[in-house]
Amino acid sequence: YMGIGLSAQGVNMNRLPGWDKHSYGYHGDDGHSFCSSGTGQPYGPTFTTGDVIGCCVNLINNTCFYTKNGHSLEEKLIKNFLQPNLYPTVGLQTPGEVVDANFGQHPFVFDIEDYMREWRTKIQAQIDRFPIGDREGEWQTMIQKMVSSYLVHHGYCATAEAFARSTDQTVLEELASIKNRQRIQKLVLAGRMGEAIETTQQLYPSLLERNPNLLFALKVRQFIEMVNGTDSEVRCLGGHSPKSQDSYPVSPRSFSSPSMSPSHGMNIHNLATGKGSSMHFSGFESSCSNGVISNKAHQSYCHSKHTTTSLNVPELNNINVSRSQQVNSYPSNDVDMETDHYSNGVAETSSNGFLNGSSKHDHEMEECDTEMEVDSSQLRRQLCGGSQAAIERMIHFGRELQAMSEQLRRECGKNTANKKMLKVCFIL
Amino acid sequence: SVSRLLYLLQQETSSTELRTECAVVLGSLAMGTENNVKSLLDCHIIPALLQGLLSPDLKLIEACLRCLRTIFISPVTSEDLLYTDATVISHLMALLSRSQYTQEYICQIFSHCCKGPDHQTILFNHGAVQNIARLLVSTSYKVRMQALKCFSVLAFENPQVSMTLVNVSVDGELLPQIFVKMLQRDKPIEMQLTSAKCLTSMCRAGAIRTDDSCIILKTLPCLVRMCSKERLLEERVEGAETLAYLIETDVELQRIASITDHLIVMLADYFKYPSSVSAITDIKRLDHDLKHAHELRQAAFKLYASLGANDEDIRKKIIETENMMDRIVNGLSEPGIKVRLAAVRCLHSLSRSVQQLRTSFQDHAVWKPLMKVLQNAPNEILVVASSTLCNLLLEFSPSKEPILESGAIELLCSLTQSENLALRVNGIWALMNMAFQAEQKIKSDILRGLSTEQLFQLLSDSDVNVLMKTLGLLRNLLSTRPHIDHIMSTHGKQIMQAVTLILEGEHNIEVKEQTLCILANIADGTTAKELIMTNDDILQKIKYYMSHSNAKLQLAAMFCISNLIWNEEEGSQERQDKLRDMGIVDILHKLSQSSDPNLCDK
Repeated sequence: YMGIGLSAQGVNMNRLPGWDKHSYGYHGDDGHSFCSSGTGQPYGPTFTTGDVIGCCVNLINNTCFYTKNGHSLEEKLIKNFLQPNLYPTVGLQTPGEVVDANFGQHPFVFDIEDYMREWRTKIQAQIDRFPIGDREGEWQTMIQKMVSSYLVHHGYCATAEAFARSTDQTVLEELASIKNRQRIQKLVLAGRMGEAIETTQQLYPSLLERNPNLLFALKVRQFIEMVNGTDSEVRCLGGHSPKSQDSYPVSPRSFSSPSMSPSHGMNIHNLATGKGSSMHFSGFESSCSNGVISNKAHQSYCHSKHTTTSLNVPELNNINVSRSQQVNSYPSNDVDMETDHYSNGVAETSSNGFLNGSSKHDHEMEECDTEMEVDSSQLRRQLCGGSQAAIERMIHFGRELQAMSEQLRRECGKNTANKKMLKVCFIL
Repeated sequence: SVSRLLYLLQQETSSTELRTECAVVLGSLAMGTENNVKSLLDCHIIPALLQGLLSPDLKLIEACLRCLRTIFISPVTSEDLLYTDATVISHLMALLSRSQYTQEYICQIFSHCCKGPDHQTILFNHGAVQNIARLLVSTSYKVRMQALKCFSVLAFENPQVSMTLVNVSVDGELLPQIFVKMLQRDKPIEMQLTSAKCLTSMCRAGAIRTDDSCIILKTLPCLVRMCSKERLLEERVEGAETLAYLIETDVELQRIASITDHLIVMLADYFKYPSSVSAITDIKRLDHDLKHAHELRQAAFKLYASLGANDEDIRKKIIETENMMDRIVNGLSEPGIKVRLAAVRCLHSLSRSVQQLRTSFQDHAVWKPLMKVLQNAPNEILVVASSTLCNLLLEFSPSKEPILESGAIELLCSLTQSENLALRVNGIWALMNMAFQAEQKIKSDILRGLSTEQLFQLLSDSDVNVLMKTLGLLRNLLSTRPHIDHIMSTHGKQIMQAVTLILEGEHNIEVKEQTLCILANIADGTTAKELIMTNDDILQKIKYYMSHSNAKLQLAAMFCISNLIWNEEEGSQERQDKLRDMGIVDILHKLSQSSDPNLCDK
């Protein structure tokens, strides 16, 4: 008997579609539909030799339906439609079964064109019927306003002024205010979160009070930058990362920057695997000495020996255990660091990340054994620019952050976005 | 002021502009309430407007047509007013070429005024098909739509129009192809639904085969879509009714429809109006729901009836739908005749299932509301209800007993006296089913209830179906020896008379065969056979049929003889002697050499 349906990548190919997770199927023997489960639901008629069975996935409303000999059975919602890439699947259970597959090289029995026409009309009508307020109906003015507000929002004050003049509009915001915002923006982009928060509070006194969630997000960022050593609060305490300052105007997170965030460590590895390790390591060793090496060592612990790491790096471990009840055990470290990668814009697949771990493992194996003990102390220096005071400041700040999160939860109810942010930052 | 306007409109001396303005004002008045239209009609507005159509001025013509359209689509206007003067139709046909407005209005008038075969024929004879066909490809949507509507009413249950339509082409394209294009899913729903109706009529008329892809892959799926929740209530009603009509007689279409888009489950939703939500939240919506609730229910019943007409599996699926039997039972006692009728039809369709008769029908005591429906119902309901009753009275049906106890015999006997042929057939048919292997008391009750007079009346009925079922009833009554003897002792004389009459009369083979079988049953009785033996006339007839050219009749006659001469019974010797004297043995000898093995065996 046959089963016809859809599967995501990696689903067991030895079983009929629909039985396993992320697979969906319509089976010929009982006519049931299977939705990632071993037990099906009554769906359509049975099918057998000579029948033409079709499967259509509608990505607009996440539904799927099957057809038999050109007659559509019922449209069903695909539950847990998380997998964007579903592949058409045919499962054969009996030896000697033969299937002809048609992906459109021949005309379909079911009139799929007609179905698509209906949807096109539906969506067109939806667009046409989209409600528009009276004043928004004046298209030209609305578009000009949109352009102007974009320019103002992003702080292109000269352009905004020129545009406003030529289209006879008034810019609602004062020039000084735009410039102020630009200043704050620059601070944020430079990673100087503490200053950014302070400036905001000075220039727009009640803004952050009204937006506790925004303040929280900023503080989380500040914490991350503290770990990074970029933030001013730890920078003045540690004062050991002069080079990172150079990179502010461009981007604190550019790959060439030798600033020592753990995620940078990962980036280095990426490059190392990509371009040949020896050359690159040497380059880094020259510019920031063993700081980088120790960083790498730490990374490799994460990937290879969790227990050793936790013994050798008590501080780091402490942070993780004491700060976050959500628990950031090391195994999850891999995953979350990858998340970090994505946010940095480094295009990388998960398998690549693992590859890095293991390849680096190979590279460092000899080094690891010898340098382990030494590195644990150096690691501390590397965090927050290496200053003991800065670390303590950071730990303290982390506790405040935790407290703030709890307070927010009490006041505004649960906020999963906040929770996630906190989790991600404590992993560091 | 209306009469003044009409006066000005009709006055030849008025300027065209003035007359046009008058027609426009009258048109606006007609747009008002039904009372407006009524008073306009009382002022004889129609002849005045028709006269205006004779003007050469297009503006005036359009204004008059617009007003006529408004008046004719009002429910208070009789459509016959259009047909009082034959020249009107041909003039309207001629005006079809004038402008898009004339096309739109005239088509709209036609589609509203075409009710029943007479109107269809008049319009058809005036060349409506050819004249309107080319409007189907008009650039104006309104014109296309009104032309399409025209065809849907012209072709409805009209084989002549339907057969013509398949061969008409416009711009090199055949009408069915044009209709199929109008079925496309991106077309407005109204257009899809109406063209599906056209294709349905053509299919039912035999103009398009039921296995044509434009029916099974286009029309049917389109109509199923019209039943979906996304559609308006009116569209769902029309969709379901049209689909019911399309698949009514074709089991393959029924099967396809039953699997398409879970139609059977989808239809269950038709019973959920007004929904509990609408009752609370929105008075307007509640009103709307209430208005359509009956229509929805009857449409669903009709479609279920069509779906389950032939296929046992589909019937099972229907009955397994949530609360289906309860819904039918409720439907049977609804005040609205349309719903009641549709519910009975649905029940009738489902009652063809032996399994369901034994299970769900019994569990829900369907017979109770059904018997109630049969009391004082209009004929159209009675026909279907009595037909259903026939099925419920089949020997294996567990409902048989309770139905008998609730006075069915009396009811059915009265049905046999009906003017309506279908009712007579159903009445006698049900009695026949009832008498099959029944006990003595029931049989005597039937005979008493029917009275011998009525029995004779039925035996001389002009309809062969009635006659056959009456003979069937007699045969069922005359089975098992004690029953035969009992009945023959009380009604023997009349029955023998009736049998003689039929055997002498001009009847077809089946009737004669049935009658001979009755004789054979009588011959099986102990005392009853004497009635035959002492009736030389009958014996001669049996002898005659033994050498009849039709083997079936010979066989039936042989039954009589073999029952008469059965050795183990008392007096068989004398009977054998008598028959031998009549020369029957010779015939038997001849028959034993016959080629037919059945006859030989006897």
